Amino acid sequence: MLFQPINKNYHEFHIDRDKDLCINCEVCVRQCSYGSHYWDEVRGKVMHDNSKCVGCHRCEALCPTAALHIRKKPSEYRGGASWRPVFMENIYKQADTGGVLLAGMGSPVDIPVYWDRMLLDASQVTNPSIDPLREPMELKTFLGAKPSKLEIETGKDGKPKLKTKLTPQLELNYPIMFSAMSFGSINFNLHRAMARAASELGIYYNTGEGGLHKSLYKYGQNTIVQVASGRFGVHKDYLQAGAGIEIKVGQGAKPGIGGHLPGEKINDMVSETRMVPIGSDAISPAPHHDIYSIEDLLQLIFALKEASEYKAPVSVKIAAVHNVAAIASGIVRAGADIVTIDGMRGGTGAAPAMTRDNVGIPLELALASVDQRLRDEGIRNQASIVAAGGIRCSADAIKAIALGADAVYIATGALIAVGCTLCGRCYTGKCPWGIATNDPKLAKRQNPDIAAKKMTNLVRAWGHEIEEMLGGMGLNSIESLRGNRDKLRAVGLSDTEMDILGVKHAGR
Amino acid sequence: MKRVYPDKEFCIGCHLCEVACITAHSESKDVVIAYTQERREKGITSCKKVFEKGHTCVAVSCRHCDEPACVAACISGGLHKDPKTGRTVYDREKCVGCWSCLMACPYGAIKRHPVENKIIKCDLCQDREEGPACVAACPNLALKFEER
Amino acid sequence: MKYVIIGNGIASIGAIEGIRQVDKENPIMVIGAENAPAYGRPLISYLLAGKIKADRMALRPTKFYELNNVELKLGTTVAGLDTQKKIITTEKGEEIEYENLLLATGGAPFTPPIPGAEGAGVYNFTNLAHAQELIGTAKDIKRAVVIGGGLIGLKAAEALFDRGVDVTIVELSDRVLSLAFDENAASLAAGRLDEVGLKVRTGVSVKEIQRDAEGYVVGCHLTDGGFLQTEIVVIAIGVVPNYNLAKDANVKVDRGIMVDDHMRTNAEGVYAAGDVAQALDMLAGENRVVPIWPNAYNQGFCAGKNMAGRDTGYSGGLAMNSISFYGLPTISVGTVNPPEDDKNFEVAMKLDEKKKSYRKLVFQNGNLVGYVLVGDIDQAGMFTSFVKFKLPIEAETRAKLMAGEPDALHWPDEFFNETWNPEHTEE
Repeated sequence: MLFQPINKNYHEFHIDRDKDLCINCEVCVRQCSYGSHYWDEVRGKVMHDNSKCVGCHRCEALCPTAALHIRKKPSEYRGGASWRPVFMENIYKQADTGGVLLAGMGSPVDIPVYWDRMLLDASQVTNPSIDPLREPMELKTFLGAKPSKLEIETGKDGKPKLKTKLTPQLELNYPIMFSAMSFGSINFNLHRAMARAASELGIYYNTGEGGLHKSLYKYGQNTIVQVASGRFGVHKDYLQAGAGIEIKVGQGAKPGIGGHLPGEKINDMVSETRMVPIGSDAISPAPHHDIYSIEDLLQLIFALKEASEYKAPVSVKIAAVHNVAAIASGIVRAGADIVTIDGMRGGTGAAPAMTRDNVGIPLELALASVDQRLRDEGIRNQASIVAAGGIRCSADAIKAIALGADAVYIATGALIAVGCTLCGRCYTGKCPWGIATNDPKLAKRQNPDIAAKKMTNLVRAWGHEIEEMLGGMGLNSIESLRGNRDKLRAVGLSDTEMDILGVKHAGR
Repeated sequence: MKRVYPDKEFCIGCHLCEVACITAHSESKDVVIAYTQERREKGITSCKKVFEKGHTCVAVSCRHCDEPACVAACISGGLHKDPKTGRTVYDREKCVGCWSCLMACPYGAIKRHPVENKIIKCDLCQDREEGPACVAACPNLALKFEER
Repeated sequence: MKYVIIGNGIASIGAIEGIRQVDKENPIMVIGAENAPAYGRPLISYLLAGKIKADRMALRPTKFYELNNVELKLGTTVAGLDTQKKIITTEKGEEIEYENLLLATGGAPFTPPIPGAEGAGVYNFTNLAHAQELIGTAKDIKRAVVIGGGLIGLKAAEALFDRGVDVTIVELSDRVLSLAFDENAASLAAGRLDEVGLKVRTGVSVKEIQRDAEGYVVGCHLTDGGFLQTEIVVIAIGVVPNYNLAKDANVKVDRGIMVDDHMRTNAEGVYAAGDVAQALDMLAGENRVVPIWPNAYNQGFCAGKNMAGRDTGYSGGLAMNSISFYGLPTISVGTVNPPEDDKNFEVAMKLDEKKKSYRKLVFQNGNLVGYVLVGDIDQAGMFTSFVKFKLPIEAETRAKLMAGEPDALHWPDEFFNETWNPEHTEE
């Protein structure tokens, strides 16, 4: 192409503008933060540059006449099963830049999604199903260590009283929480929205590793504050602001590496909250430099418990990796009240594409093996398990609970609820949906009034669906399903897979 | 009375309110015909004005003031307060295009019709059952139609 | 009678609407010398020009008076006022008692003593009757001289010209529109008139109106020795407050009827509003007669509310004029001709003669106190906001104003939110 790099035309997307419908109102021009649409003075109409399109669909969504369609560019390479276009395009990019390929959001790689290969049971004849609209249905669950036995004594009033002292618990009205997305990676409006939604729903949202803005401390009762390797924004008030504390050891999308918030995304508010300078990159190291063993982890867990005066349960979040079951066992033995397993399909604001797409293991296998291991060791009651990374619908959530989770985390789902189309360019800081950006002009596209409402609606909707499915199985409480793998059957899985998942094949 | 209140914190400057305004005040009520043909031929114009300053923007239109400067300035009786609805009502037939209201309104809410020698001013979409079109079109709740 | 209003112009309408904001019941009496319900006085030039018909003159719908419980006494001139007994007497000798009286008698055309001015063929141009007379006359004449190059004179001239009359405007000062507009705006307006074919003679005045043996006007002798042939003369030099009724009743009068910040005169229960009143001028900070339309309405409205018992202060009038000459719109607001040697004033101008576009901004101690726009007037209202609300102007705002892009987002934040998004609470 004229005056352009040779591979400029090998772009991914193609903007279809219906000439009969386009009214040249320039809404698309104003919405596109990548400059794909522009007003052409000479031609006197709106034009576009396909090569700049990232496929976010913002223009399509706001076009008042539905004149725009964003499609994959139809151009085809000879390629083949091995040399798929993505590999070729990656090489073109790297040959130009010499850099690591960056990616955002969850991995698009075609690795089995076991949710889709497991089916739920329903009651027929012998044990009646339950209609959640007519009968009580309990979605409430508690996260935290449970005692091995309960001692009861008689109180002064002659009534029985719990003698055993319980450790702190997180009370959830739905077995769903908003997963860690740091303030900075997403903006303040969305943090506000998550906080409001969590508080409205009676669940929790996780601050992520970027600290908690002071104005959101009032939602502390529904907040889990995260402590990661960068220790951004971690101080006493912060640790005491949340109802729970989470140590982030690893992230499903990028196991083994740290985080990187580009300086462009660090404005005054982010800087103040993270306690880092404005405009300079905030890099969290790959490891916690004070954790090289389970014993070290134990020290941190108890340091945090001390800091919270033993009022907040402590969670440890790890990426789903090969020895996840053994690691989880160590975490529980180190005193964690909650273990969070983050699967490899989980999202990220920025990760090296190769890591995201090739490191870690699917959540389902990790979750099943962790639950089994803790049961086998007789310590399952000592910690709750939270499953994260790639929960797409209420069925995924309920299957995760049947596989052994106490609750699930959703993050990508919450973002999709507020408009995200998974274009995967979170790391550019130019998110046209106003999500993964702190550019005030873009960030205001997320009105917390709307975003909180949408997130609340999403969890409520899932809650209704979970109630329906639970009732269908003849269960009236989500806790009756936890680890109840008999309610799952596999389709088309190998014996090994079924063995790990602990489920029988359909028909058995 | 219910009025349209713009919120500059969340106006995203998309100008969809203008497109909606034009469509709502068109004959065809068809966005494509209204925005292209009717705009060109009949000079149909949006009652909204979008201001931008740095990253802030806001879409404003007639505030339907309790004591409007435009009514005080109108020499033709084309503008008056409707005692029932509280709206500042504009009678197109009476307007002589003297631009006194345009000058007097300190909210810049009055525009000149590009073709006719008349003004354009928000009527709160009085004929639209669902309320003002701009409010309905705003994708970010930056325009609210409510009692305050 | 609880409320009596003398005068039936825009101040009177303002007063009725003001009273009715507070008191929906007690009857109002409006006494008007003219025979028509309140009409848009500036519309007489539109009527004369044939742009509108007589049925569009009325300011309010026919039912307005009935709906507002107003007794309209038209064709009635008030001859006497007794502020002690609270009685007014009409020319016909009818006595009307009042509790609250509004003097909204407006202005009377000022006619200088020009020899030959008495008699047929010489007109004023301030009311409907004048316009109707001129409509009748215009079709029979070829030429007209308009004395006075102010707003009324120019509009009269333009209207007559539209009726096919060859018009010459005679203006004593060195330019037209010398009061309300500045030199550049005036010259653009004059240029537009000239293009169309109206003749403007400045720096001269009419010394004598020449009549023939039968008394018909034949021409005007000018002070420079020239002579203009014409069949009619329209005298449009200006209006003076019509305050004789008040003055004779010992109501305090200066250049107009003196009122306080509630539009009250010194006589108990007597208020004044409109062109006859000398009320607070916002920019001058003192009472002045500023005979312009919006002030009249606002003063009437304020007086009305006070008459009905609501304590309402008058925030002061702001001089403003909007007028078009053959499609060339001109607007002037506030102080537009600041004293040349006063260093507190700063003037910024942008003139494009080809495009007939002109903008003049007048700053006083950093605040915008006036502006003139010609041609490109669409931003006028926003400029007005900075004058009217006396908004602070920082460098960035000033640059926007200078660029002709006044902008509500350049208002102080708090003021913006109070105005546009009041009672809005962030969570």
